[in-house]
Amino acid sequence: MSKITIPIGPQHPALKEPASFKITLNGEEIYSMDMRLGYNHRGIEKACEERSFIQGLYLIERICGICSHSHSTAYIQALEELAGLQVPKRGLYIRTLIAELERIHSHLLWLGVAAHEVGFDTLLMYTWRDRELVMDHLAEIGGNRVNYAVNTMGGVRRDLTPDEIAHILKDVDTLEERTKYYAQVATEETTLVARLSKIGYLSQTDAEFLGAVGPTARACGVDRDVRRDDPYAAYGDVQFKVCVDHHGDVYGRVLVRVGELMESYSIIRQLMKNMPDGPIAVKSPRRIAAGEVYSRYEAPRGEDCHYVKSNGTDKPERVKIRAPTLANWRAVRKMIEGNYLADAPIIIAAIDPCFSCTDRAIELVRPAGAETLTWGALRQHGIDWHRKQGLDFAELNKKLNTQLGRVK
Amino acid sequence: MTAEETVVKALVEKFPCFAEKIRTQRERRLWADVPADQFEAVAHHLFEQMGFTMLCSITGLDEGATFGLLYHFGQPSGMMIGLKVSIPREKPEWKTFIGLFPGSELYEREIADLYGVRFEGLPAGLRYPLPDDWPDNEFPLRKDWKAKPAVAAAAPAAEVKS
Repeated sequence: MSKITIPIGPQHPALKEPASFKITLNGEEIYSMDMRLGYNHRGIEKACEERSFIQGLYLIERICGICSHSHSTAYIQALEELAGLQVPKRGLYIRTLIAELERIHSHLLWLGVAAHEVGFDTLLMYTWRDRELVMDHLAEIGGNRVNYAVNTMGGVRRDLTPDEIAHILKDVDTLEERTKYYAQVATEETTLVARLSKIGYLSQTDAEFLGAVGPTARACGVDRDVRRDDPYAAYGDVQFKVCVDHHGDVYGRVLVRVGELMESYSIIRQLMKNMPDGPIAVKSPRRIAAGEVYSRYEAPRGEDCHYVKSNGTDKPERVKIRAPTLANWRAVRKMIEGNYLADAPIIIAAIDPCFSCTDRAIELVRPAGAETLTWGALRQHGIDWHRKQGLDFAELNKKLNTQLGRVK
Repeated sequence: MTAEETVVKALVEKFPCFAEKIRTQRERRLWADVPADQFEAVAHHLFEQMGFTMLCSITGLDEGATFGLLYHFGQPSGMMIGLKVSIPREKPEWKTFIGLFPGSELYEREIADLYGVRFEGLPAGLRYPLPDDWPDNEFPLRKDWKAKPAVAAAAPAAEVKS
């Protein structure tokens, strides 16, 4: 059979980020794939060289809409090491807490996207509903759902009240219960298991050789996690298991991420229990002594590396960022070979390429004029609006629980 | 002996030119400059004999008369060594390492696009990350680069033609 090459993208119905794939097919089977990336390249590294260290922080937080805290932490760690700043323990604990909340919302988001790509939209609705619990906490702590801007040179900008801590712990319990249910779905729902098994297989040798990172690599049996291997922030103080799976396929990537969710809940509980009192940040200088630092961070998608070089002024000489998705593309090309074209979306989605995530407007413009709502009021507004349309989720939930015999 | 000292000792034994040249910044962070003619041998030795099987990234640096290529090699244990090779600005040519680290392909293409360094042995392929119609000889991460009208006028990247 003669081979045909079809271009997919850069604007693609299944992927939310522009990337162009050139897929060569042998019948229905993928023979090879090439890709064109860079549509979202915004020249942030160059822009950082022309801004002060602290301005760069806010720019870097906007590299990604999902792992914004990952990038800002990797960068700020580099600056703090260059400047020789000792971040107070409480600051490190809060930084780590946000990191784990971010991992939870990212993995829940991914689980929904993956379910959607294989036509299991019920799971998408469930996981994205649960994800809202985390997003609310992030918004409460940082004032924003996506760019929390919690980091600053020498620590963090926001402290936690005992009320907030109690509230987070309560929601972590709920999320843990929900995640156990997803773990059950992922292992017992036969159609899901059959749909994801043996799809996008990558051997452990290939994963290591091709430089795969994060859950993509761990699902192939590569036992690596920067949080354990090169500890930063408060990870040296907490106990957790690195989730490794040996399936090597998309199914394995689901199991790793569900396992990591459970570990994140445990990490958050440990952080909250042992949260030290004291200041959350130290004063920092504007100018940073000359030097170079390599900072690594385990983002939800894998290892995120930032290299920062200072020349002794208030602006960096060079900032180099290597986001985890860039490291994983080479592995995608390998794992997609020999699969059917119809499996391409889930295989590409399985590395969790970074999607843009938008902020929510919290200013309502009504005929009477603009009105700014608090977070709680906006939530209530949403619930009331749906109720007016005849959709009462509280009632529906009650009905469902009664039917399933789970009356509380 | 600490893990860092073990790495330094093993490297100096094999490559005496490293004596007193490797900087231990802190736990798990080593740095060194490597002469261009030794770099390949050092990279192979690190990969094959010393367990530095990860190439985390390559950082390009504009150092005036030279371009620096800083290779960040890592051991799975968390040990990192940053090895820098300097190549002349007038003749920015270096070699590819995709045979040893296939993942370096995009890192090399990025440096080729942004610094104008040519990697010998890197097969022709789709560029990354600049647009297809980016003007020739415009390398934005060079320190002396300023955006010119031709660059500003460059249309968004065109669709890939198969």
